[in-house]
Order: sequence, then structure tokens, then C-alpha cells
Amino acid sequence: MLILAIETASSQAGCAIGGHEGVLASAHTGINGKHAENISPQIAFVREQAGIEFSELGAIAVDIGPGLFTGLRVGIATAVSIAHALTLPVIGVSSLDLLAFPARWTSRLIVSALDARRGELFTALFRRVPGGIQRVREVNVCTAEDLAAEIQTFDEPSLLVGDGALRYAEIFESLGRVELAEQGLAHPSARAMVQLAHARAMREEFVQPWDLEPIYLRKPDAEINWATRNEQK
Amino acid sequence: MKLADLILGIETSCDETAAAVVESSRLIHSSIVSSQVHLHERFGGVVPEIASRAHVDLIVPVVAEALVSSGMEAEEIEAVAATTGPGLVGSLLVGVSAAKALATVWGVPFVEVNHLEAHLYASFLEDPDLQLPLVFLLVSGGHTLLVLMEEQGKYRLLGSTLDDAAGEAYDKVARYLGLGYPGGPAIDKLALEGDRTAFKYPRSLVQENPETLPDDRRFAFSFSGLKTAVVNHVRSNPDVATEDVVASFQEAVVDALLTKLKWALEYTGVETACLGGGVAANSRLRERFTETCASVGVKGCLPSRAMCTDNAAMVAAAGYWRLEKMGPSPLNVGVDPNLGLL
Ligand SMILES: [Zn+2]
Repeated sequence: MLILAIETASSQAGCAIGGHEGVLASAHTGINGKHAENISPQIAFVREQAGIEFSELGAIAVDIGPGLFTGLRVGIATAVSIAHALTLPVIGVSSLDLLAFPARWTSRLIVSALDARRGELFTALFRRVPGGIQRVREVNVCTAEDLAAEIQTFDEPSLLVGDGALRYAEIFESLGRVELAEQGLAHPSARAMVQLAHARAMREEFVQPWDLEPIYLRKPDAEINWATRNEQK
Repeated sequence: MKLADLILGIETSCDETAAAVVESSRLIHSSIVSSQVHLHERFGGVVPEIASRAHVDLIVPVVAEALVSSGMEAEEIEAVAATTGPGLVGSLLVGVSAAKALATVWGVPFVEVNHLEAHLYASFLEDPDLQLPLVFLLVSGGHTLLVLMEEQGKYRLLGSTLDDAAGEAYDKVARYLGLGYPGGPAIDKLALEGDRTAFKYPRSLVQENPETLPDDRRFAFSFSGLKTAVVNHVRSNPDVATEDVVASFQEAVVDALLTKLKWALEYTGVETACLGGGVAANSRLRERFTETCASVGVKGCLPSRAMCTDNAAMVAAAGYWRLEKMGPSPLNVGVDPNLGLL
């Protein structure tokens, strides 16, 4: 089954087409933040490079977060519209799963940490399992200090991936038995998404385009303020 | 370029998720609008982040319904048009991303549309015989403009608001009086029970003789002073009847809008006037608009309420003309929250 993977939840954007034989074509742009401008031309380019028609696709995969809200929405709006137009199911993949997936060669505890700005990180913990990775705990948003404290409670060799890990490198490097993955693994990649989504497609882990739910992890500020005001009353 | 007859329009510039299928900029096959008013109500205004999230949830169901209820097959759509500005950046991005995605997989042109221009084209959807040139009064929560539309795609901005938009003044006054959100419909309804001559609130930039105003102010509006006058009046007279306050406030807004429209009609000498934008759903404004046009002796075009408020049929209609004039838009265009009309 051929899958179109769309990834715009971090400061980079990209897409890829592939199946069980691997990635046929992919495109990634650097850190320019212009996801809405880039993603449709990239999809058109990648389809052409892959030498396929859109009608040959079997599913659309997309990063559902957590991530930068605007980029996330551009990717999801694009993916669900394409899926709807082609009558295809959607595979929603978490950005944190995507970060950890290329590190599945390690037997260490894998820690995904994406920069959530405002001094916080989007994080999740994983272990290698046959054929992939499995979350040790659910995704959350916390500070680098909180995450460092959590890693210490595991007291085992750990590998940190993601731009959030690199941003707060000095906090994590001060811990023992922790290594930081390099810049090349710092962002979720559409190529990794093809592989990960293909495995899920084989297990028929699909949703319909109108049922896809983004993982924001943060409420809109207005809702938080409104709740606080009403608690005080 | 050859005109695409059947266009899918998408509109997500503020808090309405809308899609429509329109033929030749005149024939509406479907027009679906999903309002998020209930999501923003408790905050007393549109919350951009909440609006953006709701657009993501609604975009596919709304587009699907527009296609199904049009009775057209997706393969028959010849172009996809979407609003690229002005509006809320996060909201705009959802509709534009969806439109580009659909255009890409269907292999049809994508057309960027200016939301203000779309409001102008709403009038042609219901009145195909509308003659140009005309003067357009566009009144909404975000905009208050007087525009001379000379020919398709050629406009002259005669004047706009120097501070609050008319709809914004309605919302602010309604919020102060505890009438809820959105303010327009609440005030419109309550004003029916009030005496609109009870209080004489200020009409900014309106004088006996338009010639006494400087050129750049002649067709301009200002509503923040009016809002302040109402608030101060109620603050010092807490027992005043709210229905009289809102009726008098509404009369001041409508007076200012239509005096400027009248001047613009006299100044330009055109024979048609058009009303549009969310505030054009206001019953008193509609009534006085018709009276004003009759008194000046011009044809008054008053679109239905559904065509005045934000919708995607007007986007498809504007996209039709834009495609003819400018051709398809590149897939890498961005959105512009502050896009102007000209
Ligand atoms: Zn509008």
C-alpha cells in the first residue's frame, strides 16, 4: 500500500510517498516556518518524483502533534482534505512517536522532547519492542527540569531525541548515563512517517478524515484564563 | 484564460467555516456555513485559537456537505477558490491549506480571494442584472468601507473607519450593557422596543455640509466616540431604559453610515448602491438603506441576510472573476491577515 506522509508540526516541513518497499520520494524544507506556502507544492513535486498518480495512494498519514499549533493545523487540514477528496483513510501519527522511531536500534530508554516554546517541552518515553517502539508513558508538556527529574527516576541509560532536548542540552547532559541524539534526528521526519504509518496501515489502524483528532496538549489561553477567573469567583 | 464554470469556494477568515459550489459566479448550487458563535459566546468575542481549532474540525464535513448538496461530482469542479485575507491568520490558513490540497489532487487551478472583494461579489449572486459602476457600503465586525466599484476588479476606496468598525461598536456597547455576544442581533432585537429619538448620541464626522470636511474625512467613519458617549451616558444615568439607549445608539450608527452613503452617491453620480457585510443583516440599517436609495433616486441592491454575512458562495463568485483576470494563483501563496481592498 502506498502512503502519502505529511509532516508540518515542527519548524521544518516535509512530505514523502512510500510503501513496504520503502520511500519512493520525499521533500523536506529547512527551518523557514512557511508550512502553508510549502506543503502543497511539495506534495505535487513528490508525487511526480515518485512517478505515481494520486489515485494509486492507499492512505494518508499526518503528524497529529503535539507540535507548533499553526504548522500542525496546516498539515492536518491538508491531509484530511486530500483523504476526503480521494476517499482514503487517515493514519494520525504523534510527532513524539516519529522522533523516537528512527532511534529504535538502541536498547536504551528513548526520550522524545520537542521544543514547545514558553520554556516547556512536549515529551514522551519509549522502549524498543520487536518491530518498533512502545510508549512507556503518555505524551505530556513539562519543563526541562521536570523531564530531567523523571529520567533520573528510571536510573538507566537513556537516549534523548528532539530539538527540545538540544535546546536544554546542558540540563540533560548534567545527568549521568544520558546521551543526546544529533541535529539530524532533532525533527520529526516524513520519511520515518512512511515506515511507521505503513506498519499501522497493515494493522488497519485508520480513522476517517473527519474523525482525526489533533493532539494539542495545551488549551487555548482564553479558556485557561476563563477557567481561572471562574474559580476565583 | 477560459473561465472555469464550476467553482468550489472556501471561506475561513473569521469564525464561520463555509464552503459553496457556484456556477459562472451567478448560480449557487450549494452554500454551507457552519457558525462557531456558540464557541466564542462566553468570551465575548472571537478567540483566534479556538476559531482555528474549530475550522480544523469542521473543514472536511463542511466541504463534503457543500459537494453533496450541490448535486455535482467532485470531478466536475473546475477550480478551488479560498479567502487568503484579511482575517485571522490561523483561521485563514486552514481554509487555504484545504483549498490548495483539493486543487492539487483534483488537478485544477487554485484561486486566492480577497475577503472584502468577495463581499462585493455577493451582491451579483442574487442580482445578475446589477449594473456597474456602483457604490458599495460594506459594514461588518471588522470593516466599515465605502467603495466605488467601477468595473469588475476595479475599485476605489472612498472612505473607511478611522477607529472601530460598526460591528465592533455594536459588540462593545452590547458587552457594556450585558446583552451578550454577538452584539448586533441582540441590539437589533431590543431596539425594536425602544425609542430611537430618546437620546441624541454623536454622529462623528457628519455635518450639514460635506464640503466642510477635509477630503480624506469626507467619506470616513468613526465609532469609538459614539461608544464612549453611550457608556458615559449609562454610567451617569444607571436607571435609563436600556431599550431606549440601544435604539438611540443604533440610530446614530445607521445615520452616520447612510449619510456618508448618500454623500458618496451624490459625489460619484452613480445610479446603484449596494449593502453588504455582517451588519447589513441589521433590520434598521436595511430599512433606512432602502429609504436612502429611494430619496437619492438610485437603485438599491440589498442582498439577503445569508449573502451579507460571511459565506463561501461570495468567495467562489469573486474567484471566478479573479481567475479570468489574473489566472490561477501559485500554490505557494501565503495568507495576509491585513490584506487591503486595492
Ligand atoms: Zn466578512
